[in-house]
Amino acid sequence: MRNVLLFIRRYATFLTFLLLQGFSIYLIVQYNKYHHAVFSSSMNKVTGAVNTQYNKIQEYLTLKQQNAKLSQANEQLLNRLKENFESADTANRTVVDSIALDTLGTRRKWRYYQAKVVAASVSAQNNFIVLHRGSNQQLKEGMGVLDPLNGVVGKIIEVTDDYAVVISLLSKTSDFKVDAKLKKGGETGSITWDGKEPNLVTLTNIRKSADVKKGDTVYTSGYTTTFQNGSMVGTVAEVIPEKSNNNFKIMVRTAANFYNLQYVNVIENIEKEKIETIVQQAAKKLGEGN
Amino acid sequence: MSTLVKNIIRFVLFILVQYYVLDQVLLHQLATPYIYFLFIIWMPFNIGRKWQMFLAFLLGFTLDSFRHQPGFHAAACVLIAYLRPMLVKLLIPQEGTDANYEEPSPQSLGGFVRYFLFVTILTVAHHAWLFLLEAWQFGNIWYFLIKTILSTAISLLIILVTELLFVRKQKFKTNTV
Repeated sequence: MRNVLLFIRRYATFLTFLLLQGFSIYLIVQYNKYHHAVFSSSMNKVTGAVNTQYNKIQEYLTLKQQNAKLSQANEQLLNRLKENFESADTANRTVVDSIALDTLGTRRKWRYYQAKVVAASVSAQNNFIVLHRGSNQQLKEGMGVLDPLNGVVGKIIEVTDDYAVVISLLSKTSDFKVDAKLKKGGETGSITWDGKEPNLVTLTNIRKSADVKKGDTVYTSGYTTTFQNGSMVGTVAEVIPEKSNNNFKIMVRTAANFYNLQYVNVIENIEKEKIETIVQQAAKKLGEGN
Repeated sequence: MSTLVKNIIRFVLFILVQYYVLDQVLLHQLATPYIYFLFIIWMPFNIGRKWQMFLAFLLGFTLDSFRHQPGFHAAACVLIAYLRPMLVKLLIPQEGTDANYEEPSPQSLGGFVRYFLFVTILTVAHHAWLFLLEAWQFGNIWYFLIKTILSTAISLLIILVTELLFVRKQKFKTNTV
């Protein structure tokens, strides 16, 4: 026992070093596995508050671009209004139905929430965006995040009272993938990021038979519950045929510009739980069958 | 200004500059400039080794919290805080000089070359360990090596500019008790 104590005293510095290194590595492993380390939500509050203060200043520098983006978004929305469409036959009058739940059974599936970006990065291997809106303002984990022009940004992985952390499309982690499809042919694949150039992601699992050219649009497929069908991911920048298999590797220039995000829209899938329950039930049935 | 106040200000400033200025400036994916660990390099000589490591951990952890990736910078900072006193012992011109000055500088380490060597070794250690941990998570050894070399070069350049801009005058303390 005495020897043990002597040993500890003699190598106290080295042991402290090992302890702190060990703790750091534990944090890395832990946080990458589960997104909830014990401290993270409380740290979030502190860094979130600092970020908000900094953002107050920074915001002024990008006002012009934000304004242009907003008016562009406005234009798109105005063009979608029903008043703009007229049928040739005067007997067929378009009637705007203002009741959300009509007899045909249409009902709201997606809801938009506006949120302000207070911090964002593009330089790390996994990039995160912090929003100044949290669980007190209806945000929940797992919601999708779009930029003002409906370009895919990421997914919420953590919420505190007033802040939410978004894992951006620019992330190497295998936990977050976006299902995407080509607009032209409808072939689906998944979006990943190689960690090299921001604003340039990779679309994989597209067969070589697909007709794809530079400049083609890539949409979300709507097969997952996070994004609806048809949010823009980006445009094809380069098509590389893979040598080892029958797929293309397609480089996609993202629609959202990750360098100057100021405002984003968070979308909630109101039917998410319903879909998930039915999938679980199906899986259970299958399990029983065996 | 007392040493404590000075170091607290440094801590806050380095974190803010690192996160809000250097992290936002993107030169290239392979060359990320770091400056915040200059806080560790500039720490006074007379702090105990264990305390140096705890402070370094705190510094790294704070930056990690901003970047939402706990562990990486904390680990790298603890490593250089552990190596620092050994390097000081190796590089100092004559024994006891570290008692005459407050913190490492070209003056106290006896010449610019020695001091620059001291900073270079710590910078390489910090970057190598940081990027190695990232590479262990994300793979690819060549990427790691090139990133370490390029980032070290750019960080050293920035540290050099900082040293030239903010000259720290060191008072010679005659503390022969």
